[in-house]
Amino acid sequence: MSRRRIAVIECPEEIPCNPCETACPQDAIKVGQPITHRPHLDAQRCMGCGLCVAACPGLAIFMVDIKDNDQAEVTFPYEFLPLPEPGDTVTAVNREGISLGTAQVKARWQPKGADGTYLVTIALPAALAAEARGIRRPSCDN
Amino acid sequence: MAQRSLKGIAVVGGGPAGLMAALTAARHGAAVVLVDENAEPGGQLRKQIHKFFGSKAHRAGVRGYRIAQELISDCTAAGVELLGQSVVFSLRECTLDLLQKDDAFNLKADAIILATGASENALAFPGCTLPGVMGAGAAQTFVNLHRVLPGRRVLMVGGGNVGLIVAYQLLQAGAEVVGVVEALPYLSGYQVHAAKIKRAGVPIWTSHTVLEARGDQEVQEVTIAAIDDHFHPLPGSERTLAVDTVCLAVGLTPLAELAWQAGCRFCYQGALGGYVPLHSDNMETTLPHVYVAGDIAGVEEASTALEEGAIAGLAAAAAIGCPVPIAEFDAAQERLVSLRKGPFGDIRQLVKSEIVKRWADCRVVE
Repeated sequence: MSRRRIAVIECPEEIPCNPCETACPQDAIKVGQPITHRPHLDAQRCMGCGLCVAACPGLAIFMVDIKDNDQAEVTFPYEFLPLPEPGDTVTAVNREGISLGTAQVKARWQPKGADGTYLVTIALPAALAAEARGIRRPSCDN
Repeated sequence: MAQRSLKGIAVVGGGPAGLMAALTAARHGAAVVLVDENAEPGGQLRKQIHKFFGSKAHRAGVRGYRIAQELISDCTAAGVELLGQSVVFSLRECTLDLLQKDDAFNLKADAIILATGASENALAFPGCTLPGVMGAGAAQTFVNLHRVLPGRRVLMVGGGNVGLIVAYQLLQAGAEVVGVVEALPYLSGYQVHAAKIKRAGVPIWTSHTVLEARGDQEVQEVTIAAIDDHFHPLPGSERTLAVDTVCLAVGLTPLAELAWQAGCRFCYQGALGGYVPLHSDNMETTLPHVYVAGDIAGVEEASTALEEGAIAGLAAAAAIGCPVPIAEFDAAQERLVSLRKGPFGDIRQLVKSEIVKRWADCRVVE
């Protein structure tokens, strides 16, 4: 498999929702009818554009890019202030919010139709790519 | 009391169901008056800053408050007359008594659509009357409408979608959410909503309840505990958390007083929040020309409320003589049914079918 950025959909339940399917310009995501079907990603078609990440109302789509040098990039939706800036050192967290160590912010952007939701890309060791799904928020007391 | 007669439809409640009902009826040629008690219409949509589920036809991916803005401007364009800051205090046949600021008057219409929504349930525990204990919806009003934090450190009680979503929005507003407690051994809300706050570091404790809130003048701490299969607290499992706010997201009850008062027949449906007016699949109650839509007809979601509103608007318009193509009913029913599929929707579809059946039985007896 060629190594490039592709979407990872973490949508475990049959809920009535299909914006990921309509957002994808490559027809790589299939929900079908009824719309409670879980989305299916055709990884061959996915171009890693991130439109689905921004469109998913459940913030349940991520992107993973495993590089050749044991490094990886993980992209996730982010809706908190203050926003992380490219170059920042941040604490990557897993699905339970538990620290996985530090990561570097590589990019932050808003695809078309994001309506306020940011996509943030962090770089971290490839071994953590399957675990890292966000960053620690700065405490509200600071 | 001043009287006004309307050759058309009066809609009570300007949330998703009422706005959609008013818009749909007006677009089919009905004269429509929309009565809403708040400073601005929109109901719960106004504070729903998250993107909606559903499909494109249900406005999926659009944030709730934007849907309210669109519907309000569409209603204005379609000629809907809005009576804002107006409280309806009685309904007899198709006549509403209402209070607009200091003026009471009655409004007689050809058809009525009740879209009054639901109210938050309370939970009784020692300290529950302390300032700082509030409905999750109240906290959401604070942060998303008034942009004020109700507190800095919050415990959320209830792991349904309301509790999970409001917990996330409190984080967005800058509060710390110390945790979510849920009495059931599982979360009734969507896992994707739970995942958002878990990633943000919020612990979720299932099979737990709130025992007591304490504080001098206001909430300063709360004690929670694990519970057994019979919901009895397990001794030794208590833990005390420093919080200044306890949010209750323990369900909603249909706001159906006007339907009771008018004499609609009801049935009890726990899965839909309590007593709901019997209604047909066109949202007609057991009283002629009186319709319901949205949470008053059984607590569901804003997206289902929009579709029920569309159906009620079509049905009421047809009932007063406006031409309504049958295909539009079918399309609206199809959109509604598609939201009631899957493990979360099946039970609601089942219960709704039972309500419709009982409505039909009622009609036969009478």
